[in-house]
Amino acid sequence: MDFLRDFWHYMKERKKWWLIPIIIIFILLGLLIVISSGSAIAPFIYTLF
Amino acid sequence: MRILGISAFYHDAAAALINDGEIKAAAQEERFTRKKHDASFPLNAIRFCLKDTATSIDSLDALVFYDKPMLKFERLLETYYGFAPRGLASFVTSIPVWLKEKVFLKKLIYDKLKDIEPYNKKKLKLLFTEHHLSHAASAYYPSGFDHAAIITVDGVGEWATASLSVGDRNTIKIIKELRFPHSLGLLYSAFTYYLGFRVNSGEYKLMGLAPYGIPDSDNVRKYYQLIKDHLVDIREDGSIWLNQRYFSYSTGLRMVNDKKWKKLFGLERRLPETEIKQQHCDMAYAIQQITEEIMRAMVRHAKDITGADALCLAGGVALNCVANGKILQDNLFKKIYIQPAAGDAGGAIGAALAAYHIFFGKPYIPLNTDMMKGSFLGPAYSNKEVEQMTSKYNASYLFFDDYNKLAEKTAQLIAEGKVVGWFQGRMEFGPRALGNRSILGDARNKEMQKKLNLKIKYRESFRPFAPAVLAEDNSNYFNLDISSPYMLLVAGVKENIRKPLPDNYFQLPLMQRLYVERSEIPAVTHIDLSARIQTVHKETNLRFWLLLQAFKKLTGCGILVNTSFNVRGEPIVCSPEDAYQCFMRTEMDYLIINDFLFDKQQQPQWKEEKDWKKLFVLD
Repeated sequence: MDFLRDFWHYMKERKKWWLIPIIIIFILLGLLIVISSGSAIAPFIYTLF
Repeated sequence: MRILGISAFYHDAAAALINDGEIKAAAQEERFTRKKHDASFPLNAIRFCLKDTATSIDSLDALVFYDKPMLKFERLLETYYGFAPRGLASFVTSIPVWLKEKVFLKKLIYDKLKDIEPYNKKKLKLLFTEHHLSHAASAYYPSGFDHAAIITVDGVGEWATASLSVGDRNTIKIIKELRFPHSLGLLYSAFTYYLGFRVNSGEYKLMGLAPYGIPDSDNVRKYYQLIKDHLVDIREDGSIWLNQRYFSYSTGLRMVNDKKWKKLFGLERRLPETEIKQQHCDMAYAIQQITEEIMRAMVRHAKDITGADALCLAGGVALNCVANGKILQDNLFKKIYIQPAAGDAGGAIGAALAAYHIFFGKPYIPLNTDMMKGSFLGPAYSNKEVEQMTSKYNASYLFFDDYNKLAEKTAQLIAEGKVVGWFQGRMEFGPRALGNRSILGDARNKEMQKKLNLKIKYRESFRPFAPAVLAEDNSNYFNLDISSPYMLLVAGVKENIRKPLPDNYFQLPLMQRLYVERSEIPAVTHIDLSARIQTVHKETNLRFWLLLQAFKKLTGCGILVNTSFNVRGEPIVCSPEDAYQCFMRTEMDYLIINDFLFDKQQQPQWKEEKDWKKLFVLD
């Protein structure tokens, strides 16, 4: 929760709204990398690429 | 009001505690964990700061982290976006670290603090300052000036890579910033990498290598021009534009594009630990010249737009003491102050001071004296603790009740050509040993540089040593008429103590040139007849000053070689045990810890199960 609140404050301060879709895509992509590194679902994720 | 500042997760992790604006304690994490440039959360350094000042986490008014992770993350993402699809490998490496840890830095800090002691999370005020504001504050508030121009230059913080600000009473106003990817620190690091040294640690080796370049030689001229024509565009105000076609740090896991550099310079990247050739020295010389040019332009511009009489410097590039010496020679400012822990470790002090004066609005009372207290802000150990260490190792020692006698004995040993480990009082904060965790030798001894490099420090033979000189005698030996307590200024050795150089000096092979006796203090006279000076003051380090006095009484010379108490790749020693281990592993002759004198010949045989040299990664 802390993170989401900070993220909202950051967005309000910096006003870089155009970054939101990029951040979401990058975070999703990043999460995929995090999950795929050494996890049981890795083989299924690799097939996505 | 007690504030704890911390720096961590990038370079040198550190903690610093201030009370009502006064710096009470500060230490780098590497000294406790024995891992050089340790960037992990500074648990040990925080523990030390809290214990030393009898502070609990609950009694802190704030804890301040030295940069803003969200802005850093923004820079990272915008950079990947800007360079896409280049940078995928770097993205895959760095994003997991960010998503697992750095984005959730607040939680990480709260959790790590629990390992120190139980505390009330809701009561703790957690603040974040901007990276370059932390650097600026670390130089301005301790300087004792009430109005000053402040320049900070490093690799990169959030976006800024350099900044110009003005300190006025308790405020700091940032006027200008140079932004990533255009960075003087990263330019210097790129050459550090290309010349075979480690980035973020070998920059000072590059600076030490530069004077081996042959001034005005064809090679130096060629490299200088190529750098200016293809790599960097220098503007009048000292800002720079780096041609990203030649650099890989924005998107890759290397500093530069090796192939393009080889094609441009006609010189292959020197691999670490391989032979250093004249071309490498010439390249180092050229980039050092350019670095000085940029720094001097920044300082000129700062003078033009602020009109201030005083200048403060911080950020990793401010550790380039050769450039600092040139800035001093330009004589644009009446007073100059350089933060001794100019790198990221010093950000911990700056973050705490910025919170105190700017966030809490507390007044700043400039005392016109250096508030860093000689940088002796780390842990000290009692004689009882030293005795406990001697029991553990069954070490043999002589104990001196009278310090003057200990100083006389030590001076006599040094004058006989012995190498002495010197451990006294509080450990230094910052990268330099300033006489409390030092290895000392006789500066007049022409064999001393070789002996120290090869038999004591086990490091590259080209590297120079610094003189520690009685502040009162400074101008007798060096062309420097101000004090330099933190070894951050380079100046020439006085003409009257220089020795004539052979006509073929610049034609001699590197190592032969190194061993030409250039002055009456050859061990601390660098190849270009300069020295990185430390002036020793009675007010900040009485014991070291008295030792220099004793040496002067005996020999007529108030100078000693002062190098950090460690071997290559090892952090400077922190505890008596670290000191004794280092002493026994090397060919050091004597060790003095507080009032105890240890003679190598009298110690029990030293045995270690593992090869100790493998404990430390070569820097």
